[in-house]
Amino acid sequence: MGNGILVIAEHEGGVFKKSAAELVAKAKALGLGPVTALVIGHAGGAELGGFGADAVLTVTGGDTSRYSVATYVSAIQAAIAAVNPAAVFASAGAQARDGMPRLAARLGLGVGADVTELRLDGGALVGRRPLYAGKALADVRVSSSPAVFTLRANAFGVPASTGAAAPVSALAVSVSGALTKVVDREAPTSSVVDLTEADRIVSGGRSVASKDGYDKLIRPLAGAIGATPGASRACVDAGFAPHSHQVGQTGKVVNPSLYIAMGISGQIQHLAGMRTSKIIVAVNKDATAPIFQHATYGIVADMFEVGPLLQAELQAALAG
Amino acid sequence: MKIGVCLKQVPATDSPLKVKDAVTGVDLAGVKMQINPYDEFALEEALKLKDAKVATTVIVYTVGSADADARLKDAVARGADELVRIEDAGLADADSLGLARALAAAAKADGVGLLLCGKQAIDSDNAQVPAMIAELLGWAQATECDKLELSGSSFKAWVAAGGGARDVLSGALPAVVSTDKGINSPRSPSIKGVMASKKAKVDVRDLAALGLSAAAVAPKVQLSAWGAPAPRPQGRILQGSAAQVAKELVGLLRSEAKVI
Repeated sequence: MGNGILVIAEHEGGVFKKSAAELVAKAKALGLGPVTALVIGHAGGAELGGFGADAVLTVTGGDTSRYSVATYVSAIQAAIAAVNPAAVFASAGAQARDGMPRLAARLGLGVGADVTELRLDGGALVGRRPLYAGKALADVRVSSSPAVFTLRANAFGVPASTGAAAPVSALAVSVSGALTKVVDREAPTSSVVDLTEADRIVSGGRSVASKDGYDKLIRPLAGAIGATPGASRACVDAGFAPHSHQVGQTGKVVNPSLYIAMGISGQIQHLAGMRTSKIIVAVNKDATAPIFQHATYGIVADMFEVGPLLQAELQAALAG
Repeated sequence: MKIGVCLKQVPATDSPLKVKDAVTGVDLAGVKMQINPYDEFALEEALKLKDAKVATTVIVYTVGSADADARLKDAVARGADELVRIEDAGLADADSLGLARALAAAAKADGVGLLLCGKQAIDSDNAQVPAMIAELLGWAQATECDKLELSGSSFKAWVAAGGGARDVLSGALPAVVSTDKGINSPRSPSIKGVMASKKAKVDVRDLAALGLSAAAVAPKVQLSAWGAPAPRPQGRILQGSAAQVAKELVGLLRSEAKVI
């Protein structure tokens, strides 16, 4: 049985993602022993001490500058060998979904996926996680050592940094057995935050009626508040928005502070993807649309009329 | 080349679900079932490769009871050739790694050169089995792939890299590829296929047939204390002209909800 928690701290070009501080802080708050942050492809991370990291291990050089499954698995395997943690935490995003199962299969570990709560029960970690895209919840326990958990972004919150610095040391890793090579990276088509990490989302339904309708109504409204544009399945299947924008059980499951649903009726499969949003605003001209039963604030009106007015009010409020 | 497809039966996305009790979890009695939507993309990708004469045989794998046979036959109706269902009491509470061990053993025994899976099943939402199979077999992996190109024994795969970016991976077969929405548009069953599906046989294998023991697939992940999500607090409908409600909403978002 190991001691402490190893946190995989993700960054983009040396800038830590919000989830890095969020996971480190949660790990520290659990009080399960020392918190070690593992940083792959960047030689820094002392600032993670401000959120509770007791030590930072860095893996650099070679082909580590961007994510690859071979590097990810080799680095975490080496870090587990070095610190013998009781648990490993990673953010439930693209990297962990690709790399963590491979690591788990290599070492024979269990992975509690996508937890939104974590607590200690008799010295053992217990996660709580949504299943069936949030139509049900269950506790998840992992009996391997270390126990692996992936944590959903924005579910735990980020405290203010204490300003403390953590000692940083390099971890030697030999990456071997790469079976694929990253030959190219295609940048995101927009500069906004990905839906799964977004704090504000504005989504459109099929009633935007065309790609032009989506681009002229949903995108500017989202842009006005720095939100990420989303869409219902019907809107995506009609070709009005790209599939990467889909929110719902067969799209992205999102967890923002503010979710504005424009012309979305609220099918079960859409609600499953966004029901944990803190505040839900629904605009729909059909007063009987199911979305209104889940909305914090509802507006029964034509979204093409309300949308631009709302956009202007939001811009005015944020400018003031 | 034989291509394998992992397919799971899941509750239809438009099904309301109820949690039966804290121990049993979701009550699936009488719930309409369907092929996991992401697995439909995997099946379609395999069928496209068969159309292109890259695949000689498409073998569909599932784990579960005979309840799933209707879904397997649906795969034959669309063009799959062989059906394998893994059923064993030792897999009743299997976690992702246990399922991956069973599926990996079956695909290896059949000499599959490419295994296609949906990126995740929309019931357990783990997104773990494909990469676990790849590791267990020592194969290359491409997860959350929305474009795949094969050329001889090499492949190129466009995969999610987070934040909306895509990585283009190149590698050599054998490989496990997990499919995301956008990779293709699944076909409907053909009349000829539906006729064929009526005669389709399901090859049922247990753990012993796969050379595995129950201990080898014992779960390390346990679920308990099932519950329904808390109902959202009652909201309110804003009244007035479009201009009035737009103004009132922004005021509420700022002063009451404090989200802008």
